[in-house]
Amino acid sequence: MTREEIIQPENLVYRKPTLMNDVGMHYCPGCSHGVVHKLIAEVIEEMDMTERTIGISPVGCAVFAYRYIDIDWQEAAHGRAPALATACKRLWPDRLVFTYQGDGDLACIGTCETIHALNRGENITIIFINNAIYGMTGGQMAPTTLMGMKTATCPYGRDAHLHGYPLHITDIAATLEGTAYVTRQSVHNVAAIRKAKKAIRHAFENSMQGRGSNLVEIVSTCSSGWKLSPEKANAWMEEHMFPYYPTGDLKDV
Amino acid sequence: MSKMRGAVVIDTDRCKGCNLCALACPCGVLALSARAVNHKGYPYMEQPGADACIGCASCAIVCPDGCITVYRKKED
Repeated sequence: MTREEIIQPENLVYRKPTLMNDVGMHYCPGCSHGVVHKLIAEVIEEMDMTERTIGISPVGCAVFAYRYIDIDWQEAAHGRAPALATACKRLWPDRLVFTYQGDGDLACIGTCETIHALNRGENITIIFINNAIYGMTGGQMAPTTLMGMKTATCPYGRDAHLHGYPLHITDIAATLEGTAYVTRQSVHNVAAIRKAKKAIRHAFENSMQGRGSNLVEIVSTCSSGWKLSPEKANAWMEEHMFPYYPTGDLKDV
Repeated sequence: MSKMRGAVVIDTDRCKGCNLCALACPCGVLALSARAVNHKGYPYMEQPGADACIGCASCAIVCPDGCITVYRKKED
């Protein structure tokens, strides 16, 4: 069998989601953002919600998310994505509304908006990319930075006396009455990616059924910020991030 | 038992050479280009072991930039 015989439309197994634009993404090589973008595009397509989805893009590495997935987007001020999502969902209850935020955006400047939107039980989904660092601005310490982890602003490692402790915002969200589904996932291998996709789909369906707010944390890598190759970043994440941020469902009503 | 044969098409201009697909591939199909770079200056994925492909799509699923299209056909 020749290569030409195999490469036929009827034999297609996998391709870039059609909702994803052809424009090249600005993310660093091996960045988890790309995989999560693909999953979101696939889920929206499979749910047939292409024309009825509003994404809220954050400030941070994913600030240009609106260029990469071909749906309606709103750009929020730093950390205010859940507040904007609240407005969108209340004005258009039939729309699928989700925010896409990093740890600096969601767990630092937007902590108030995040916790209150989740606690109000707004029918939205928050996708939370947790790579324990401020990626876009050059690898500074984030609220989620691990103890002892070195960043540009804590070059001797995070110290509890000086910097406090990592913020487990997903665990906080699980204790709120307004949340319907709170989960922590990762996208470092095929099995984890499939699980993360199911989690995103479940969260999106919950928000459309009016069951409450949903938080999907994706424990991610930042190979540039961590100063590791994509391969080593994945290994570092498994070794150091997972003990702090274990994957799995925290709440599913 | 019939064997599955696969083929991958790589958008080398989109590829950033992160090498995650080569690590995910169970058949050793993919490898980074040794010298060549694309228009962005990144080394990109080549297929030195193309004949071994079974079309499992692991490479395409882990690719953060969606550069890989996978085809699979049952061998007669």
